[in-house]
Amino acid sequence: MPKHLISIHDYSREEILDTLKLAKEFEKNPSRPIFKGKVIASIFFEPSTRTRLSFETAANRLGARVIGFSDAGNTSVTKGESLKDTIKMVSNYADLIVMRHPLEGSARYASEVSSVPVINAGDGANQHPTQTMLDLYSILKTQGKLENLKINIVGDLKYGRTVHSLIQAMSHFSPSFTFISPDELRLPQEYRDFLTTHSITFNESKNLNQGVNEADIIYMTRVQKERFSDPIDYERVKNVYSLNRSMLTSCKENMKILHPLPRVNEIDTDVDNSEHAYYFNQAENGVYTRMAIISALLGVTEL
Amino acid sequence: MEKQLKVSAIKDGTVLDHIPSDQVFRVIDILGLDNIPNQITFGINLESKLLGKKGIIKISDRYFESADINRIALVAPMAKINIIHDFEVVEKRVLNVPGTINGIVKCMNPICITNHQPVETLFTTLDSQPNVRLLCHYCEKITDKDNLKIISNRR
Repeated sequence: MPKHLISIHDYSREEILDTLKLAKEFEKNPSRPIFKGKVIASIFFEPSTRTRLSFETAANRLGARVIGFSDAGNTSVTKGESLKDTIKMVSNYADLIVMRHPLEGSARYASEVSSVPVINAGDGANQHPTQTMLDLYSILKTQGKLENLKINIVGDLKYGRTVHSLIQAMSHFSPSFTFISPDELRLPQEYRDFLTTHSITFNESKNLNQGVNEADIIYMTRVQKERFSDPIDYERVKNVYSLNRSMLTSCKENMKILHPLPRVNEIDTDVDNSEHAYYFNQAENGVYTRMAIISALLGVTEL
Repeated sequence: MEKQLKVSAIKDGTVLDHIPSDQVFRVIDILGLDNIPNQITFGINLESKLLGKKGIIKISDRYFESADINRIALVAPMAKINIIHDFEVVEKRVLNVPGTINGIVKCMNPICITNHQPVETLFTTLDSQPNVRLLCHYCEKITDKDNLKIISNRR
Protein backbone atom coordinates (compact mmCIF):
# COMPACT_ATOMS: atom_id res chain seq x y z
CA MET A 1 0.00 0.00 0.00
CA PRO A 2 1.14 3.59 -0.56
CA LYS A 3 2.52 5.45 2.40
CA HIS A 4 0.06 8.35 2.22
CA LEU A 5 -3.39 9.12 0.82
CA ILE A 6 -3.16 12.43 -0.99
CA SER A 7 -5.08 11.96 -4.26
CA ILE A 8 -7.49 9.20 -5.18
CA HIS A 9 -5.37 8.42 -8.25
CA ASP A 10 -2.48 7.42 -5.95
CA TYR A 11 -4.45 4.22 -5.29
CA SER A 12 -4.67 1.43 -7.86
CA ARG A 13 -7.85 -0.53 -8.49
CA GLU A 14 -6.64 -3.28 -6.14
CA GLU A 15 -5.67 -0.84 -3.40
CA ILE A 16 -9.11 0.74 -3.58
CA LEU A 17 -10.80 -2.67 -3.39
CA ASP A 18 -8.59 -3.75 -0.46
CA THR A 19 -9.50 -0.57 1.44
CA LEU A 20 -13.23 -1.10 0.81
CA LYS A 21 -12.93 -4.71 1.98
CA LEU A 22 -11.32 -3.56 5.20
CA ALA A 23 -14.04 -0.91 5.66
CA LYS A 24 -16.64 -3.67 5.45
CA GLU A 25 -14.93 -5.48 8.33
CA PHE A 26 -15.01 -2.33 10.42
CA GLU A 27 -18.69 -1.85 9.69
CA LYS A 28 -19.43 -5.32 11.10
CA ASN A 29 -17.73 -4.32 14.35
CA PRO A 30 -16.80 -0.65 14.60
CA SER A 31 -15.22 -0.83 18.06
CA ARG A 32 -11.74 -2.10 17.41
CA PRO A 33 -9.15 -0.50 19.66
CA ILE A 34 -6.22 -1.91 17.68
CA PHE A 35 -4.20 1.32 17.91
CA LYS A 36 -4.11 1.87 21.67
CA GLY A 37 -1.09 3.96 22.45
CA LYS A 38 -0.98 5.53 18.98
CA VAL A 39 -1.43 9.26 18.50
CA ILE A 40 -3.23 10.68 15.48
CA ALA A 41 -2.88 14.37 14.66
CA SER A 42 -5.96 16.02 13.22
CA ILE A 43 -4.78 19.38 11.93
CA PHE A 44 -7.43 21.50 10.25
CA PHE A 45 -6.17 24.82 8.91
CA GLU A 46 -9.71 25.67 7.84
CA PRO A 47 -12.97 24.79 9.52
CA SER A 48 -14.84 21.58 8.72
CA THR A 49 -17.48 19.84 10.77
CA ARG A 50 -18.38 16.64 9.00
CA THR A 51 -14.95 15.51 7.86
CA ARG A 52 -13.15 16.34 11.09
CA LEU A 53 -15.73 14.65 13.31
CA SER A 54 -15.78 11.62 11.04
CA PHE A 55 -11.98 11.28 11.21
CA GLU A 56 -11.85 11.82 14.94
CA THR A 57 -14.63 9.26 15.45
CA ALA A 58 -12.69 6.79 13.31
CA ALA A 59 -9.48 7.41 15.29
CA ASN A 60 -11.31 7.02 18.62
CA ARG A 61 -13.01 3.80 17.53
CA LEU A 62 -9.54 2.49 16.70
CA GLY A 63 -8.39 3.30 20.23
CA ALA A 64 -5.94 6.03 19.19
CA ARG A 65 -5.62 9.36 20.97
CA VAL A 66 -6.28 12.47 18.90
CA ILE A 67 -4.32 15.71 19.10
CA GLY A 68 -4.64 18.73 16.86
CA PHE A 69 -6.54 21.88 16.09
CA SER A 70 -9.69 22.73 14.18
CA ASP A 71 -8.79 26.23 13.13
CA ALA A 72 -5.38 27.72 12.34
CA GLY A 73 -6.36 30.93 14.16
CA ASN A 74 -4.85 30.06 17.53
CA THR A 75 -1.74 28.20 16.32
CA SER A 76 1.81 29.24 15.50
CA VAL A 77 0.67 29.62 11.86
CA THR A 78 -0.49 33.10 12.86
CA LYS A 79 3.12 33.78 13.94
CA GLY A 80 4.20 33.05 10.39
CA GLU A 81 5.35 29.46 10.80
CA SER A 82 5.70 27.70 7.45
CA LEU A 83 3.69 24.59 6.66
CA LYS A 84 6.92 22.65 6.44
CA ASP A 85 7.90 23.53 10.00
CA THR A 86 4.42 22.76 11.34
CA ILE A 87 4.42 19.35 9.66
CA LYS A 88 7.98 18.57 10.81
CA MET A 89 6.95 19.33 14.37
CA VAL A 90 3.65 17.43 14.28
CA SER A 91 5.23 14.38 12.66
CA ASN A 92 7.57 14.18 15.64
CA TYR A 93 4.57 13.93 17.97
CA ALA A 94 2.06 11.80 16.09
CA ASP A 95 2.00 8.45 14.28
CA LEU A 96 -0.25 9.72 11.49
CA ILE A 97 -1.44 13.12 10.31
CA VAL A 98 -4.89 14.01 8.99
CA MET A 99 -4.72 17.42 7.38
CA ARG A 100 -7.08 19.92 5.78
CA HIS A 101 -5.61 23.09 4.31
CA PRO A 102 -7.03 25.80 2.04
CA LEU A 103 -4.03 25.83 -0.33
CA GLU A 104 -4.09 23.35 -3.21
CA GLY A 105 -1.19 20.92 -3.24
CA SER A 106 -0.50 21.52 0.46
CA ALA A 107 -1.21 17.87 1.33
CA ARG A 108 1.19 16.56 -1.30
CA TYR A 109 3.86 18.89 0.01
CA ALA A 110 3.14 17.86 3.62
CA SER A 111 3.56 14.19 2.65
CA GLU A 112 7.00 15.04 1.26
CA VAL A 113 8.24 16.65 4.47
CA SER A 114 6.48 14.38 6.98
CA SER A 115 8.12 11.34 8.53
CA VAL A 116 4.72 9.73 9.21
CA PRO A 117 1.76 8.93 6.91
CA VAL A 118 -0.39 11.88 5.81
CA ILE A 119 -4.07 11.68 4.89
CA ASN A 120 -5.43 14.54 2.84
CA ALA A 121 -8.75 15.67 4.33
CA GLY A 122 -9.16 18.30 1.59
CA ASP A 123 -6.68 20.70 -0.02
CA GLY A 124 -8.65 23.65 -1.35
CA ALA A 125 -10.78 22.59 -4.31
CA ASN A 126 -8.20 20.02 -5.38
CA GLN A 127 -8.61 16.60 -3.76
CA HIS A 128 -10.63 15.02 -0.97
CA PRO A 129 -9.81 11.34 -1.43
CA THR A 130 -11.48 9.97 1.71
CA GLN A 131 -14.77 11.43 0.49
CA THR A 132 -14.28 9.54 -2.75
CA MET A 133 -13.47 6.35 -0.88
CA LEU A 134 -16.69 6.60 1.11
CA ASP A 135 -18.63 7.32 -2.09
CA LEU A 136 -17.17 4.14 -3.59
CA TYR A 137 -17.99 2.21 -0.44
CA SER A 138 -21.58 3.47 -0.58
CA ILE A 139 -21.88 2.49 -4.24
CA LEU A 140 -20.43 -0.96 -3.58
CA LYS A 141 -22.64 -1.51 -0.55
CA THR A 142 -25.87 -0.52 -2.26
CA GLN A 143 -25.22 -2.10 -5.65
CA GLY A 144 -23.19 -5.14 -4.60
CA LYS A 145 -20.60 -4.30 -7.25
CA LEU A 146 -18.67 -1.41 -8.75
CA GLU A 147 -18.43 -2.66 -12.34
CA ASN A 148 -20.62 -1.58 -15.25
CA LEU A 149 -22.87 0.83 -13.38
CA LYS A 150 -24.88 3.67 -14.86
CA ILE A 151 -24.13 6.80 -12.88
CA ASN A 152 -25.83 10.19 -13.22
CA ILE A 153 -23.87 13.08 -11.79
CA VAL A 154 -25.81 16.30 -11.30
CA GLY A 155 -24.98 19.88 -10.40
CA ASP A 156 -21.64 21.61 -10.19
CA LEU A 157 -19.48 19.50 -12.48
CA LYS A 158 -17.02 22.29 -13.12
CA TYR A 159 -15.72 23.08 -9.64
CA GLY A 160 -16.95 20.05 -7.68
CA ARG A 161 -13.86 18.21 -6.46
CA THR A 162 -15.93 15.22 -5.31
CA VAL A 163 -17.19 14.85 -8.88
CA HIS A 164 -13.71 14.93 -10.41
CA SER A 165 -12.29 12.44 -7.93
CA LEU A 166 -15.27 10.13 -8.31
CA ILE A 167 -14.81 10.12 -12.07
CA GLN A 168 -11.11 9.23 -11.68
CA ALA A 169 -11.84 6.48 -9.16
CA MET A 170 -14.74 4.94 -11.07
CA SER A 171 -12.63 4.84 -14.24
CA HIS A 172 -11.24 1.50 -12.96
CA PHE A 173 -14.69 -0.10 -13.11
CA SER A 174 -16.05 0.63 -16.63
CA PRO A 175 -19.02 2.80 -15.70
CA SER A 176 -21.20 4.82 -18.03
CA PHE A 177 -21.88 8.38 -16.99
CA THR A 178 -24.61 10.92 -17.62
CA PHE A 179 -23.51 14.41 -16.64
CA ILE A 180 -26.28 16.89 -15.92
CA SER A 181 -25.48 20.54 -15.37
CA PRO A 182 -26.16 24.03 -16.64
CA ASP A 183 -23.74 25.26 -19.33
CA GLU A 184 -21.90 27.41 -16.77
CA LEU A 185 -20.98 24.37 -14.67
CA ARG A 186 -20.26 21.82 -17.40
CA LEU A 187 -17.60 19.14 -16.82
CA PRO A 188 -14.20 20.63 -17.82
CA GLN A 189 -12.54 19.55 -21.05
CA GLU A 190 -9.66 17.81 -19.26
CA TYR A 191 -12.07 15.37 -17.58
CA ARG A 192 -13.96 14.74 -20.83
CA ASP A 193 -10.56 13.97 -22.40
CA PHE A 194 -9.72 11.69 -19.47
CA LEU A 195 -12.93 9.69 -20.03
CA THR A 196 -12.32 9.44 -23.77
CA THR A 197 -8.76 8.15 -23.30
CA HIS A 198 -10.08 5.56 -20.82
CA SER A 199 -12.83 4.52 -23.31
CA ILE A 200 -15.60 5.36 -20.84
CA THR A 201 -18.95 6.24 -22.37
CA PHE A 202 -20.67 9.39 -21.21
CA ASN A 203 -23.31 11.81 -22.33
CA GLU A 204 -24.11 15.31 -21.21
CA SER A 205 -27.46 16.96 -20.68
CA LYS A 206 -29.06 20.00 -19.12
CA ASN A 207 -32.19 18.03 -18.27
CA LEU A 208 -32.37 16.65 -14.73
CA ASN A 209 -34.74 13.87 -15.87
CA GLN A 210 -32.25 12.58 -18.43
CA GLY A 211 -31.53 8.91 -17.79
CA VAL A 212 -33.12 8.89 -14.31
CA ASN A 213 -35.05 5.69 -15.07
CA GLU A 214 -31.93 3.83 -16.22
CA ALA A 215 -29.53 5.05 -13.52
CA ASP A 216 -28.11 2.85 -10.76
CA ILE A 217 -26.71 5.84 -8.90
CA ILE A 218 -27.70 9.51 -8.97
CA TYR A 219 -24.91 11.58 -7.47
CA MET A 220 -26.20 15.04 -6.58
CA THR A 221 -23.92 17.98 -5.77
CA ARG A 222 -24.54 21.41 -4.41
CA VAL A 223 -24.63 24.33 -6.79
CA GLN A 224 -22.86 27.15 -5.02
CA LYS A 225 -24.13 30.69 -5.28
CA GLU A 226 -20.62 32.14 -5.48
CA ARG A 227 -20.01 30.33 -8.81
CA PHE A 228 -22.40 32.69 -10.57
CA SER A 229 -21.67 36.28 -11.49
CA ASP A 230 -25.37 36.98 -11.97
CA PRO A 231 -27.59 36.15 -8.97
CA ILE A 232 -30.58 35.69 -11.28
CA ASP A 233 -28.73 32.91 -13.12
CA TYR A 234 -28.16 31.22 -9.78
CA GLU A 235 -31.83 31.36 -8.82
CA ARG A 236 -32.82 29.93 -12.19
CA VAL A 237 -30.32 27.05 -11.97
CA LYS A 238 -31.06 26.35 -8.30
CA ASN A 239 -34.72 25.77 -9.03
CA VAL A 240 -34.14 23.67 -12.14
CA TYR A 241 -31.69 21.25 -10.51
CA SER A 242 -33.83 20.15 -7.63
CA LEU A 243 -34.67 16.47 -7.44
CA ASN A 244 -38.09 15.61 -6.03
CA ARG A 245 -40.03 12.45 -5.36
CA SER A 246 -42.33 12.74 -8.39
CA MET A 247 -39.32 12.31 -10.68
CA LEU A 248 -38.53 8.92 -9.18
CA THR A 249 -41.75 7.03 -9.93
CA SER A 250 -40.28 4.89 -12.73
CA CYS A 251 -36.66 4.57 -11.66
CA LYS A 252 -34.85 1.28 -11.06
CA GLU A 253 -35.49 -0.46 -7.76
CA ASN A 254 -31.79 -0.56 -6.85
CA MET A 255 -31.22 3.12 -7.66
CA LYS A 256 -29.70 5.13 -4.82
CA ILE A 257 -29.24 8.86 -4.49
CA LEU A 258 -25.93 10.04 -3.08
CA HIS A 259 -24.88 13.54 -2.03
CA PRO A 260 -21.62 14.55 -0.33
CA LEU A 261 -23.62 16.99 1.85
CA PRO A 262 -24.36 19.62 2.96
CA ARG A 263 -27.38 19.91 0.70
CA VAL A 264 -29.33 23.07 0.14
CA ASN A 265 -32.28 22.40 -2.11
CA GLU A 266 -30.83 20.08 -4.76
CA ILE A 267 -32.83 17.28 -3.17
CA ASP A 268 -36.32 18.04 -1.97
CA THR A 269 -36.94 16.85 1.60
CA ASP A 270 -39.82 14.72 0.25
CA VAL A 271 -37.11 12.38 -1.11
CA ASP A 272 -35.58 11.80 2.34
CA ASN A 273 -38.03 9.04 3.28
CA SER A 274 -37.84 7.34 -0.09
CA GLU A 275 -36.04 3.99 -0.30
CA HIS A 276 -33.80 5.62 -2.91
CA ALA A 277 -32.38 8.19 -0.50
CA TYR A 278 -28.97 7.11 0.75
CA TYR A 279 -27.14 10.36 1.55
CA PHE A 280 -27.38 10.10 5.32
CA ASN A 281 -26.17 6.48 5.37
CA GLN A 282 -23.40 7.59 3.02
CA ALA A 283 -22.09 9.97 5.68
CA GLU A 284 -22.10 7.15 8.25
CA ASN A 285 -20.04 5.00 5.88
CA GLY A 286 -17.36 7.68 6.10
CA VAL A 287 -16.35 6.50 9.56
CA TYR A 288 -15.74 2.90 8.41
CA THR A 289 -13.81 3.89 5.31
CA ARG A 290 -11.67 6.31 7.31
CA MET A 291 -10.99 3.57 9.88
CA ALA A 292 -9.86 1.36 7.01
CA ILE A 293 -7.64 4.06 5.51
CA ILE A 294 -6.00 4.87 8.85
CA SER A 295 -5.46 1.16 9.59
CA ALA A 296 -3.88 0.41 6.24
CA LEU A 297 -1.54 3.40 6.51
CA LEU A 298 -0.51 2.27 10.00
CA GLY A 299 0.27 -1.17 8.63
CA VAL A 300 -2.84 -3.20 9.53
CA THR A 301 -4.44 -4.45 6.31
CA GLU A 302 -6.24 -7.47 7.72
CA LEU A 303 -8.35 -7.95 10.83
CA MET B 1 29.51 39.72 -50.25
CA GLU B 2 31.61 39.20 -47.24
CA LYS B 3 29.78 37.58 -44.35
CA GLN B 4 30.44 39.30 -41.09
CA LEU B 5 29.51 38.05 -37.65
CA LYS B 6 27.74 40.58 -35.46
CA VAL B 7 28.79 38.64 -32.40
CA SER B 8 32.34 37.53 -32.79
CA ALA B 9 33.31 33.88 -32.90
CA ILE B 10 34.53 32.02 -29.85
CA LYS B 11 37.39 29.54 -29.82
CA ASP B 12 35.86 26.99 -27.45
CA GLY B 13 32.48 26.86 -25.78
CA THR B 14 28.76 26.86 -26.50
CA VAL B 15 26.71 28.99 -28.88
CA LEU B 16 22.98 29.31 -28.30
CA ASP B 17 21.49 30.47 -31.58
CA HIS B 18 17.98 31.30 -32.79
CA ILE B 19 16.70 32.51 -29.46
CA PRO B 20 13.69 34.82 -29.72
CA SER B 21 15.08 38.32 -29.08
CA ASP B 22 12.74 38.99 -26.20
CA GLN B 23 13.79 35.78 -24.46
CA VAL B 24 17.56 36.33 -24.37
CA PHE B 25 17.57 37.66 -20.84
CA ARG B 26 15.28 34.87 -19.69
CA VAL B 27 17.68 32.31 -21.16
CA ILE B 28 20.54 34.02 -19.33
CA ASP B 29 18.50 33.85 -16.16
CA ILE B 30 17.39 30.21 -16.54
CA LEU B 31 20.94 29.02 -17.18
CA GLY B 32 22.32 31.23 -14.44
CA LEU B 33 24.78 32.83 -16.90
CA ASP B 34 24.83 36.04 -14.92
CA ASN B 35 26.62 34.22 -12.11
CA ILE B 36 29.47 32.50 -13.93
CA PRO B 37 33.02 33.75 -14.51
CA ASN B 38 33.16 32.80 -18.22
CA GLN B 39 33.33 35.31 -21.06
CA ILE B 40 29.88 35.77 -22.56
CA THR B 41 28.89 37.78 -25.62
CA PHE B 42 25.37 38.16 -26.88
CA GLY B 43 23.34 39.90 -29.55
CA ILE B 44 19.70 40.86 -29.69
CA ASN B 45 17.51 41.79 -32.69
CA LEU B 46 19.90 40.28 -35.22
CA GLU B 47 18.51 39.37 -38.63
CA SER B 48 17.23 35.84 -38.96
CA LYS B 49 15.59 34.02 -41.85
CA LEU B 50 13.90 31.71 -39.38
CA LEU B 51 12.61 34.13 -36.77
CA GLY B 52 12.82 37.56 -38.45
CA LYS B 53 14.76 38.84 -35.48
CA LYS B 54 16.79 36.62 -33.25
CA GLY B 55 19.07 36.59 -30.29
CA ILE B 56 22.35 34.74 -29.88
CA ILE B 57 24.49 33.97 -26.84
CA LYS B 58 28.10 32.74 -26.96
CA ILE B 59 29.68 31.34 -23.84
CA SER B 60 33.42 30.65 -23.81
CA ASP B 61 34.83 27.50 -22.26
CA ARG B 62 31.50 26.29 -20.99
CA TYR B 63 29.52 23.18 -21.96
CA PHE B 64 26.11 22.12 -20.74
CA GLU B 65 24.46 18.83 -19.87
CA SER B 66 21.40 18.13 -22.04
CA ALA B 67 19.19 18.15 -18.95
CA ASP B 68 20.38 21.67 -18.13
CA ILE B 69 20.23 23.10 -21.62
CA ASN B 70 16.76 21.62 -22.22
CA ARG B 71 15.47 23.91 -19.49
CA ILE B 72 15.48 26.77 -21.99
CA ALA B 73 13.22 24.85 -24.40
CA LEU B 74 10.19 26.43 -22.73
CA VAL B 75 11.18 29.96 -23.75
CA ALA B 76 13.29 29.26 -26.84
CA PRO B 77 11.93 26.10 -28.46
CA MET B 78 13.63 26.78 -31.81
CA ALA B 79 17.06 27.41 -30.33
CA LYS B 80 20.04 25.60 -31.85
CA ILE B 81 22.92 24.63 -29.63
CA ASN B 82 26.36 24.54 -31.23
CA ILE B 83 29.36 23.11 -29.42
CA ILE B 84 32.56 24.84 -30.51
CA HIS B 85 36.10 23.48 -30.40
CA ASP B 86 38.92 25.51 -31.91
CA PHE B 87 36.48 27.79 -33.85
CA GLU B 88 34.77 24.75 -35.44
CA VAL B 89 31.25 23.50 -34.74
CA VAL B 90 31.84 19.96 -33.52
CA GLU B 91 28.30 19.17 -32.43
CA LYS B 92 24.80 20.54 -33.00
CA ARG B 93 22.01 19.87 -30.58
CA VAL B 94 18.30 20.51 -30.73
CA LEU B 95 16.19 21.11 -27.67
CA ASN B 96 13.52 18.92 -26.18
CA VAL B 97 11.15 20.09 -23.48
CA PRO B 98 12.05 17.87 -20.49
CA GLY B 99 9.46 15.36 -19.25
CA THR B 100 9.54 16.94 -15.81
CA ILE B 101 10.34 20.55 -15.04
CA ASN B 102 11.78 21.52 -11.72
CA GLY B 103 11.63 25.18 -10.78
CA ILE B 104 11.78 27.64 -13.74
CA VAL B 105 8.01 27.84 -14.22
CA LYS B 106 5.48 29.42 -11.89
CA CYS B 107 2.19 27.56 -11.35
CA MET B 108 -0.68 29.65 -12.73
CA ASN B 109 -3.04 28.56 -9.93
CA PRO B 110 -3.06 31.46 -7.45
CA ILE B 111 -3.97 29.18 -4.53
CA CYS B 112 -1.32 26.57 -5.30
CA ILE B 113 0.97 25.90 -2.31
CA THR B 114 4.01 26.77 -4.47
CA ASN B 115 2.79 30.37 -4.75
CA HIS B 116 2.51 30.82 -0.98
CA GLN B 117 5.25 28.82 0.69
CA PRO B 118 8.92 28.29 -0.20
CA VAL B 119 8.23 25.15 -2.27
CA GLU B 120 10.05 24.61 -5.55
CA THR B 121 7.59 24.03 -8.41
CA LEU B 122 7.51 20.68 -10.16
CA PHE B 123 5.62 19.91 -13.35
CA THR B 124 5.02 16.96 -15.63
CA THR B 125 5.05 17.96 -19.30
CA LEU B 126 1.74 16.87 -20.85
CA ASP B 127 2.35 18.50 -24.25
CA SER B 128 5.55 20.13 -25.39
CA GLN B 129 5.17 21.66 -28.85
CA PRO B 130 3.66 23.78 -30.23
CA ASN B 131 1.53 24.47 -27.18
CA VAL B 132 3.18 23.66 -23.89
CA ARG B 133 0.92 22.23 -21.18
CA LEU B 134 2.39 21.47 -17.77
CA LEU B 135 0.68 19.56 -14.94
CA CYS B 136 1.54 20.82 -11.44
CA HIS B 137 2.76 18.02 -9.16
CA TYR B 138 1.20 19.77 -6.16
CA CYS B 139 -2.17 21.32 -7.04
CA GLU B 140 -2.72 19.08 -10.11
CA LYS B 141 -3.76 22.07 -12.24
CA ILE B 142 -2.51 22.71 -15.77
CA THR B 143 -0.37 25.69 -16.68
CA ASP B 144 -0.48 26.33 -20.43
CA LYS B 145 1.63 28.30 -22.87
CA ASP B 146 -0.46 31.47 -22.63
CA ASN B 147 -0.05 31.57 -18.85
CA LEU B 148 3.55 30.46 -18.63
CA LYS B 149 5.59 32.64 -16.29
CA ILE B 150 9.27 32.02 -15.71
CA ILE B 151 10.63 32.21 -12.19
CA SER B 152 14.02 33.84 -11.81
CA ASN B 153 16.81 31.34 -11.34
CA ARG B 154 18.46 33.48 -8.70
CA ARG B 155 18.36 31.90 -5.28
